[in-house]
Amino acid sequence: MVEDTLNIEELRSKIGIDWEPVVCNIEKGMIQRFAQAIDDPNPLWQDEEYARRSRYGSIIAPPTFIQTVGWDQFEKQFQLQVAPLLSGGRLNGGVELEYYQPVRPGDTITVITKIADVRERQGKRMGKMVFVTFEKTYKNQTQELIAKCRQIAIWYQIGAEHD
Amino acid sequence: MTEQLYYEDIVAGSEIPPVVKQATTRQLVMWAGASGDYHEIHYDKDFAQSRGLPGVIIHGQLAGSFLGQLITDWMGEQGSLRKLTCSYRGMNFPGEVITCKGKVSKKYVEDGEHCVECSLWVENPQGEKTVLGMAIVTLPTRG
Repeated sequence: MVEDTLNIEELRSKIGIDWEPVVCNIEKGMIQRFAQAIDDPNPLWQDEEYARRSRYGSIIAPPTFIQTVGWDQFEKQFQLQVAPLLSGGRLNGGVELEYYQPVRPGDTITVITKIADVRERQGKRMGKMVFVTFEKTYKNQTQELIAKCRQIAIWYQIGAEHD
Repeated sequence: MTEQLYYEDIVAGSEIPPVVKQATTRQLVMWAGASGDYHEIHYDKDFAQSRGLPGVIIHGQLAGSFLGQLITDWMGEQGSLRKLTCSYRGMNFPGEVITCKGKVSKKYVEDGEHCVECSLWVENPQGEKTVLGMAIVTLPTRG
């Protein structure tokens, strides 16, 4: 796969270009489902009465919720922009999140994604790999910055990892 | 909820009370639905194996969210999470008992805010660190 230098060059040419913004309306049920999926009983995420008396004044989302906002749309954009250029298996390499404001039910969040970096690396166990870093910016309905996120996706050669 | 943690309560090296998790395949499906991440390596064993993986693996973001809980449980309602990073170094599998741990690396005052930097990690049953993370939080003071 990664022998295909032309594709890597094409991917590099997309660095720094903003993708089409994705707009998401945050519903209370999304936050509750998220809290239940991670099995986190913190009442700030689900108990409206408790949350109202907290310093936030309402339910807020667990901090890692933000990285899932617009994920399905991200996947669609990703399938168009990135997936055709790379083959092999894909893994999540890591994430860096910076928080500025909590997410609340009723928020309208706009996500803008761009490719920030493309690197090739020779892995110890997994052979030649491609690391693509995505940078996402999240703003709310009043254009306040909510969070920034850098995610690294790794492509690996199938069959190389169990040598 | 546990008692509020204050900046004065901790020193470099202070340990964060661990959070233990055992994700089932059911939980992975709940995560897929809640997050919108339908990558088949997290629920389709045949697909995962066709991708060279030993089986279905836990979403990195789910393991990262466990670290998120570790830190929000510890810092309490008056604490604020400013930064969280996770680097996925190994795979976690459904059914495994995994333990989220952390400790304080340093504390400092910046722009009038009382900041604490912590190192975080997820340990698998073999004691291997499969996720390495870092968090910066701000805490209230007793002053």
